[in-house]
Parts: sequence; structure tokens; C-alpha cells
Amino acid sequence: MSLLCETPSLSRRAVLMTGGALFAWAYLPRFARAADNRDPRLIVIVLRGALDGLSTIGPVGDPDYAGLHGDIAVSLSGANPALPLDGFFAVNPAMPVFARLFKAGQAAVVHAAATGYRDRSHFDGQDVLESGLPGPGNATTGWLNRALASLPAGDRIAKAGGLAVGPSTPLVIRGAAAVLGWAPQALPTPGDALAERVLDLYNHRDPVLAAALQKGLDADRMAMGGQLDGKMMKPRGGLDNAACMRQSARGAAKLMAADDGPRIAALAFDGWDTHVNEGGATGRLANLLGGLDGAFEEFETGLGSSWKDTAIVAITEFGRTARINGTVGTDHGTGTVVLLAGGAIKGGRVIADWPGLKPAQLYEQRDLAPTSDVRGVLKGLLADQFGLSAAVLGDKVFPESAAVKPMKNLIA
Amino acid sequence: MAAPVSISVSPNAALVALNRFGFGAKPGDDLGRIAADPRGYVKAELKQQDIALIFPDDPKNAGLLDSTAAIQASMAAAMERKAARDEKAAPTMRTMAADDPASPVETKAKPAVPRVEADIYRGEAQARFDKALAATPGFVERLVGFWSNHFCVSAAKAPVVRACAGAFEREAIRPFVLGRFADMLLAVEHHPAMLFFLDNQQSIGPDSRAGKKRGRGLNENLAREILELHTLGVGSGYAQADVTSFAGMLTGWTMAGREGRLGEPGTFVFNANAHQPGKAMLLGKTYPDGGMGQAEAALNDIARHPATARHIAAKLARHFIADDPPPAAVARLAAVFTKTDGDLRSIALTLIDMPEAWSTPLAKLRSPFDYVVALRRAVGSTAGNEPQRSLRWLRALGEPLWQPPGPNGFADQTDAWASAEGLKTRLDIAWQAAKQADDIGDPNEMLASLIGASVSAETRQAISRAESRQQGLALLLMAPEFQRR
Repeated sequence: MSLLCETPSLSRRAVLMTGGALFAWAYLPRFARAADNRDPRLIVIVLRGALDGLSTIGPVGDPDYAGLHGDIAVSLSGANPALPLDGFFAVNPAMPVFARLFKAGQAAVVHAAATGYRDRSHFDGQDVLESGLPGPGNATTGWLNRALASLPAGDRIAKAGGLAVGPSTPLVIRGAAAVLGWAPQALPTPGDALAERVLDLYNHRDPVLAAALQKGLDADRMAMGGQLDGKMMKPRGGLDNAACMRQSARGAAKLMAADDGPRIAALAFDGWDTHVNEGGATGRLANLLGGLDGAFEEFETGLGSSWKDTAIVAITEFGRTARINGTVGTDHGTGTVVLLAGGAIKGGRVIADWPGLKPAQLYEQRDLAPTSDVRGVLKGLLADQFGLSAAVLGDKVFPESAAVKPMKNLIA
Repeated sequence: MAAPVSISVSPNAALVALNRFGFGAKPGDDLGRIAADPRGYVKAELKQQDIALIFPDDPKNAGLLDSTAAIQASMAAAMERKAARDEKAAPTMRTMAADDPASPVETKAKPAVPRVEADIYRGEAQARFDKALAATPGFVERLVGFWSNHFCVSAAKAPVVRACAGAFEREAIRPFVLGRFADMLLAVEHHPAMLFFLDNQQSIGPDSRAGKKRGRGLNENLAREILELHTLGVGSGYAQADVTSFAGMLTGWTMAGREGRLGEPGTFVFNANAHQPGKAMLLGKTYPDGGMGQAEAALNDIARHPATARHIAAKLARHFIADDPPPAAVARLAAVFTKTDGDLRSIALTLIDMPEAWSTPLAKLRSPFDYVVALRRAVGSTAGNEPQRSLRWLRALGEPLWQPPGPNGFADQTDAWASAEGLKTRLDIAWQAAKQADDIGDPNEMLASLIGASVSAETRQAISRAESRQQGLALLLMAPEFQRR
């Protein structure tokens, strides 16, 4: 059974045709941004640990879903009913903001999606997701950085550089293009005098450390100029609780809302590896989803008038088993969801060539089968937001991926 | 941020011994004497009996609990917390009903980090810092840190892991860092901390008695991470079927619960009722059903697998020599691993003897833990409230003790730590440490004793021109020669 679940009314055939049609004509770039007066922004949230797409956006209309996903399946009935998106899918009730944005046409879902990676190692999966390379290996740069580096020199977006949020720089935005790093602040800061002296020493002896420290100081000055107060706790190893997710989004939004602030940002949220007692409408996963939902809200509020030109995409290395495991959780799987939010998103749609959940329809009889390539979604966003050509996307940004076509019409 | 170090610091032998292999100099160290026989200086540490152990019966370690006692304390604390919550819930609801029917019932407030577990964790952290601060030069402690990160558990998993993370390191890592890899592997995978961290205590063979009765089944988390992270390494040729089969072999490996039905609460037990019966395949070899012995036999085999030797060799070379270690060095370490049946003392000696260790530029950024220890060794006694201050620093730097973001541990490459945020935080910490130091001598003299004659002219000049002793000390703590190793 193959069912297309997308509202309002695009047919599966239409989706497939837009893919194929790309062979026919060159991509239309949007470099004439000054003319259309858009000031596009792109925020990438990497959910590390493998998000259970089937508990985030539950296919409540699939007759096999509740049986497979057991006690942690979301449902339209019960004490915490999931929030319906269309006749087939419903979003976890921990995400009311996403549901509201979806209704307002500012959020969308691509379901049954995966990168080209088919094994189940987190760390290789994250490398592939973030590097944009066809397979795991010695990844040192990320696709988002290479996209930034592919913009014409002198372009406003290229000049502003990228923004990396958190105590370390996510791989997705590492690379040659300039990246600003920032995380909520906790320690008392030394005066500028010491900073200037250390910078001067680094400039003479260690340019790599000089560049990093300079960016760190700049980011702090910018972000601390406003309402972010010093009492905020710095996240531990990663951003893996709801409060940290919200906080980091609030700071990032502030930096990105500035006229000369970065237009491209990457955040990494940890903690999605739910092997045990994952929970459904409430519980561990729901708490994390609430944090992600809060981050969407912070961006919506903090970006203000820039929200209308903003696209946020949340991606994860792979999905989780369709059937719950022996410990009311899920093990490493394959297909999952990509979540899209932002005023620039052509929302209100769950885009899915739904593969079904019968045993023979599952990937290796255990995982949601992937029918969309995450790279196609990312390429579509980069093409429509920044005018990158399919050739650059298929070669430089996502090497050896020419066969994966940019998904069209993701941006309103 | 992936750019190479553009100015290579030519490796001074004393700094290689102190910084590449250890935690850095302490005031009073004689760099000239170390440079005369740098290999001998590092090897001397390996000759000391039981150098890696922390003895709880030593008065300065008074109060350290073994993992069983720590887990039982955590179990008891959890019961008390639950009782307190229950007790609080009932009267609160009555009060609410009487006083303010409109206000929501809020009885779920619980401390972010439970106190008993946090106390144990702090004591363990103190012992770990004490050991690292005193070590000369600290090669064995660096090995402990390496293996502890290789076989990591995370205190963020649950209060009970916070309580026993330190004991886990003392019991399953330290006794073996100069012993056999297979022994460490067996100790780690039997340890309640690891079984809990990677969910194995809940994994049940679907065809076991418990599995049939309770309708529960496998959790493949531990099996996968043993193959991918602890031994063979990712991409070394095992398949999903190996993971599933190995998970079945590991069923029954668990920790006795609070009620003590299976044994002394908090200890390792093999629960035959939960063990998946029958023979099982791993990497093409069939293991007959032998209860607990089945997975033990498999662990003993994969500990000696060539892929494991390569995986461990590459990680060790990356840690001690360079982010991209010389392939010849990796090959030599792997060969010694195989030849000596994973004798970690022989491997440590090989590392010290390899020419690459002494010729490769000191370009790796110190990890946050190494940086904080080196800084505290350099500054000496301080007014800071320890170990809380060091633990806070590690959190701020993104490397909270025994709390990595995933089972692959913390990153071991410069790129991961040389971030804008990381450097800015190091500056904050250097300043804080310099401000709180009780008795700062002449920073120029400190520079001479900590980094010595090989220091760059620029660093020397920056410190000599500092506007205060505190600023000079902070500059020393931020100098490239202090940050990189």
C-alpha cells in the first residue's frame, strides 16, 4: 500500500513529477533578493540520538501503527490526545506550537525520510547527516558550511557568516566559511584588557586560537547586550533538556534578528536515543519534544518581523524501530521525520509517500521504510532560500548526490 | 575551524613528557632534569606498584563507597524521596482544597540532582582530582581518563549512575589500565553501572521464562555499543544480525534490584530466567548455550579480534600523538596489542618509546579536564571551593565529569574543543583562577618553571608586559604553549 498523505491537495503524482521535471530545465535562482525584498534565514536543528518519527508525528490513520508502537503510540483519544494535522497524521501533544504553526500554514512535515545512510550507528549516522557526504568517513566539514561558502563572495549572507550555538561547534556548520559560536553564559567575564592581550598573543603565535577566541568574544558581546542575563546556566555536554533548548534558541534568535547578524545557524540538541521507557504523549520523549517546540516558539518570538522569511528545519540521523522493543522503548531504525517551521515555509502539509507499516513494508522488517531523502529536503530549502543551483547542491554541498533532486515548493 | 596549527611549536622533550604524556608541570619541577631523560621520566610512573588505584581505606579517601554500597545508598534515597513526595502530596491536596481550590496542585518539585547521589559524586570527583593533581607526570592518570572515556557511562542517565560512576572507574577501569584489555572489557561489561547505562538490566530474552511470562524482550543497546564502541569499531564487518544475536547472548546480565530477589541489591547477577536460551551466532561463530558463559566467551573472542586491536590502537594514537596519527604508529600499536594479547602495559611502553611521540608537534588542544588539572597544578593552592569549582568549569567547557553526551564519550579532537565558545570560556576560567590564586609569584618565573626555555618570544613578552601579576598569570594560562600539548 502506498498512500500519499499531504494536505491540502497535492497528489503523489504531482510530487513525483516536480522531482522529475528538474531534468528538464535549469534551476531558477533567487539571487534577485533585493528586488523581492526578502531577507531569508535558515536555521538547522540537529537532533542527535535518532528521533522516533513515529511518536513525533504519529500515523494514527495507519491500521498497523497502534499495534506496532504499543503503549508509546500517540493517539487521538485518551487523556493526552495527539493534535491532528490531517486525516492521517497527528503531532505529539507535547508540541502545541508546532500544531498551531501547521494550522497557520507555517509548519510542515516530511515523513518516512532518511539520509542515504542505512546502518544504525549513531555516530556514523550523524557524520553522514551533518557532513552531507554519501557515506561515513573522515568528515571535517558540514553541508551547511559548504552551502554558506558557495554563496557569491560579497553576498550579504556570506559576509555575515554562520552561527553555531552550544559549547562546541556542530559538524554541520564546521568548515571554511566564517562561523560565529555562542552559548548561554555562566562565568564572570574578564575585562577587555586581558582579552585583547591574549588575542594579540594568539595573532602572533596561534591564528587558529585567535580566530576562535575573537568569535567567542564577539558573540558574547552581541548576545549579552540584551536581555540574556548572566544567571542562565550553561548547558552541560550538550543541549539535552527543554530549558536549555529554549534558552539557546532565544539567544540565537537575538543574534540572528540583528540587521548585520548571521542568517544561517546550526543548533544541536542531544538526548533522543530513547531505548527505554520512551513514553508517548507524556514522558521522556515528550519532554524533549516540548523543548524543541519551545525552541520554535522562541525563534518565532525573537525573530519578530524576520520570522516571515525564516525557515527552520529539524533533522536527525535516522529513525527508530517501528515495533517497540522489550523495554517500552525503541532501538535504532531508519525512516523518520523532518520537521519544518517558519514563516517562509509553505506549511500545513505532511509530505509523505507513505510506505505502510505491514511487516513486508517495513525496512528489513523492523523500521519505517524511507521514501524521501533528507538531502532532497535540505537541497530544496537551500535552493529556494538562497538560490543555490542544483549543480552546486549536488556536487559541492552534498557531494555525489546529483540523483537526489531538490524537493520543490517547500518555501512559500 | 578545521585549520591546522599554522605555527608549529617544535616539540621540546621536557614538554612532550609533561604535556603530551602528563598533566603538565608543577612549580618546582626541574625541566632540565626531565629533558635529560624524558622517556625514563614518564616510564618511572609505570614502575610504581598499584599506581592507578585509589584506595578507599586511605584516610584521605575516607567515605568513598564501593559500587554496591553507592547503589544501595541511591536506592534508599530514592525510596525516601518517594515517601516524602507521597507524604507531601496528601496534605497538600487537602490544604489546596480548603484554601485555594483554584490553584494547581504542585507537588512534583524535585531537586535537579538528588543530594545523596550528588554527595557521592562530589567525593569521587575530589578523589579523581587529587590523584591527577599529585601525579608525576600523570601518564597513568591520563590513561585512566582515556579508558574511562572509552568505556564511558553517564551520570545524566539516572541518579543511580551518578552515585556509582566514580566507583565504576575505580573498580572496572583503574585495576586494568596496565593490565589486559580483555580483563578490563569483562569487568566493564559485568559492572552494574554499564549494564544500567546501556539498558541491559531491562533486556530480556523473548524465549526465556521471564520473556514469555511478561511479554517483554530484547534491548540491543549494550550489544551494539560493545561491538561499535568498546571493541571492533564501526564498519568493521559485523551486521545487524550480529547485534541482535549478541543482545540475546547478553540477556540475563543484570543488577540485583532493591528487593534483593536475585541477590545482594546493587550487585551484578546473572538472571537465568531472563536469558535467551539456545545457541547463538556472532561473527560467523556459534556459541553453545552456556548461560552467562556464552556472552563471556564471545567477549573474550572479540577482545582479541584484529579489528579491536586496530580500533584501540587508532584511538590511543589519536589521543596521545595527533588528531590524524601517523599510520605507522597505529600499525605498531595494533601489532603490539595482538602480539601481547592486549597487554596494556606493553602498549603504554610502546607509546613512550615511539619516535613519533617525540617528533610530532604539540598541536592538540588540551581537553577541558586536562586543562583544568594543568591549570590547578600551575596555580597551586587556591581559594576556590573544590571540587565544585572545577566541576563547574568542566560543565562550562562542555566536558562535565562522567557525563558525556552519548555512549561514544567526549570528543578527542582539537576541532571539538577549539570552538569560539570554548576559547572564550577558557579565558573566563583563566581569569577566575588567576584572580582567586592566593599567592602569585612572579609570572615570569612561573613561565620559566612551567614551560621553560622553549617558550616563544611572543609569549615571554606578553607576560613580561602584563599590567598585573594576575593578568600575567592569566596570560600564562592562556598561552598556546599551555593550551596545546
